[in-house]
Amino acid sequence: MSLIDEKDQVRTEEMLLNVGPQHPSTHGVFRLVVKISGETILDAEPVIGYLHRGTEKLAENLQYTQIIPYTDRLDYLAAMLNNYALCHTVEQALGLEIPERAEYLRVIVMEMNRIASHLLFIGTYLLDLGAMSPFLYVFAEREQIVQMFNEICGARLTYNYMRIGGVKWDAPPGWLDKVRAFVPHMRERLKMYDDLITGNEIFLNRVRGIGKYDTETALAHGMSGINLRCTGLAWDLRRKKPYSLYDRFDFSIPVGQNGDCFDRYYLHLLEMRESLKIIEQALEQIPDSGPVLGKVPKLIRVPAGEYYSGIEGARGELGFYIVSDGKDKPYRLKIRKPSFLNLQLLPQLLRGQNMANLIAILGAVDIVLGEVDA
Amino acid sequence: MWGAWQTQPLTLAHTLAMLVGAVVILLITLGVVTYTILAERKVIGWMQWRIGPNRVGPLGLLQTVADVIKLLIKEDVIPAGADRPLFLLAPIIAFVPSFMVLAVLPFTMHHVFTANLAIGVLYYLGVSAITIHGVMLGGWASNNKYALIGGMRSAAQMLSYEVPLGLTLVGPVLLAGSMNINEIVQAQAKAGMWYVVPQILGFLVFLVAATAELNRTPFDLPEAESELVAGYHVEYTGFRFAFFMLAEYVYVFAMGSLCAALFFGGWSGPLLPGWLWFALKVTAFIFFQFWVRATMPRLRVDQLMTLSWKLLLPLALINLVITAGIKVLLH
Repeated sequence: MSLIDEKDQVRTEEMLLNVGPQHPSTHGVFRLVVKISGETILDAEPVIGYLHRGTEKLAENLQYTQIIPYTDRLDYLAAMLNNYALCHTVEQALGLEIPERAEYLRVIVMEMNRIASHLLFIGTYLLDLGAMSPFLYVFAEREQIVQMFNEICGARLTYNYMRIGGVKWDAPPGWLDKVRAFVPHMRERLKMYDDLITGNEIFLNRVRGIGKYDTETALAHGMSGINLRCTGLAWDLRRKKPYSLYDRFDFSIPVGQNGDCFDRYYLHLLEMRESLKIIEQALEQIPDSGPVLGKVPKLIRVPAGEYYSGIEGARGELGFYIVSDGKDKPYRLKIRKPSFLNLQLLPQLLRGQNMANLIAILGAVDIVLGEVDA
Repeated sequence: MWGAWQTQPLTLAHTLAMLVGAVVILLITLGVVTYTILAERKVIGWMQWRIGPNRVGPLGLLQTVADVIKLLIKEDVIPAGADRPLFLLAPIIAFVPSFMVLAVLPFTMHHVFTANLAIGVLYYLGVSAITIHGVMLGGWASNNKYALIGGMRSAAQMLSYEVPLGLTLVGPVLLAGSMNINEIVQAQAKAGMWYVVPQILGFLVFLVAATAELNRTPFDLPEAESELVAGYHVEYTGFRFAFFMLAEYVYVFAMGSLCAALFFGGWSGPLLPGWLWFALKVTAFIFFQFWVRATMPRLRVDQLMTLSWKLLLPLALINLVITAGIKVLLH
């Protein structure tokens, strides 16, 4: 330490900044304690748990069917997928046969839900980057999807639509036609979003090359979904470990090249196109009538043992791990929460970035706090 | 009429007339700003498939009035850790210059209620620069980290963009051979050509720099909501907050007026009365600002500086050299 210069020098200090828990860009109650020097981030520490409701513990005192509404509240932007992930695990454990129509309905609502969730990602991500309009545009299509969900299950956000062995309600008359009409409309709109956003020079400058990581890093941190596929690895459980009816559809898995925020954004757009393809094919193949709930015992008892099955959720591999002692309630339920795992790399990515990039990187992870905190 | 008075010694009658004039222009500006804010919300609403405010008064026409009243009767909160004198002073420093610049803007041919200043362009630049201090002090005095970052960003941004902005204004000044804004307008009327034609490069730089100077999207970093919550005015409430907002919108109006006067021939135009031409041109500028805001994402702070110093400044200088060269050749 030099004593001579001290009075001539301007003293600078690091600043501890709490981003969140109530901050417009944390998408819920997420807190990030960042140490900044000027606008450069020296260190970032995520603090989670503000939305912890103990879903896993609560499930231990609930019958399997009773757990379904709790899954709605995990990733509340893709509740259909959560419903399915739980039901699928239990069905696997029981070795149940699911009626065709029910399974098709499930695929249709799941892919619709994936589109709704990705739409919201694009809207909020652009809002984070300062573009206001896409956020309002995407709500128009999301509203259409949500309305259709409302018609099929009576809820707009927490659907509680699926049951072990099928779905609760058959599609009301004319519902499938509505979905059929929605697909081309949505395609057109996706092209519009592509035109509006993807080529924008300011947007490209904000996201290209930002928040880069490679496949090894992503795998080492247990990432999945778009956060993994953006690095170039075509890992999609719908293809790699086909569940439900996904082996019957023709669709591709878009992958990124650079593993940066732009790839993550663009994959959301491309995946919506693939989801539309799946919906279209499912609508063609779905039987006109038939039962929507298979033969399921009144009281569902899962034979003693451990069961896991994962599905491709909107944010990555969503898995339910059930330990059963043969009773009607799980002995232990563990949820593999993709948002939570995708978040693990965040502090590493943020180091050395500036405040504006923080928002771009955090936004691109696409977290839902209901799932992170569970 | 008004111009003649300015050369005469100041009498009581003149002083009174000036006061009345000042009050009238204040009221006009407040009216314009009130409806600019409403228009912004309506226009952006339509661009975003919304209706926009439509509850207060017919077609929502009284929405801004209601908002202002709400702000005026709100509790005036001063944070405990704030630097009190500076905190109180900052909105005033930010707000007063925004009205002062209006004095040199020629709304009509015969300079009603405005000063016919020989160095109008310089005056505009100098006075509007004072606002930066208000913004910076507001950010500093709030004793809030987000406000501080917002204030510093504003200072850096507004200072950086002042330079290319100033240089582009020299173009029309050179062409008209005068710094008096009204004379620049008259020169355009006489030449029968808007200066946007010979000064197209200068105008484009001006447009970008003006948007940045106004802290509007895509240069709204000082109040980048998604990063800084609200930027420099995060701790301000009630009428102090209203002062900042008001200053911002008065500047939009003033910058629109400057743009209309220097590049689009101000009040000059066929058939319609001068003030209407002027209003139309200003409206077009303001509408452009709304449009950009509804479309663009926000720049990053380092990209913002690069844009100003590495692109706009050289372009403005090139424009200046070309303009000066042509001017010399023609004489």
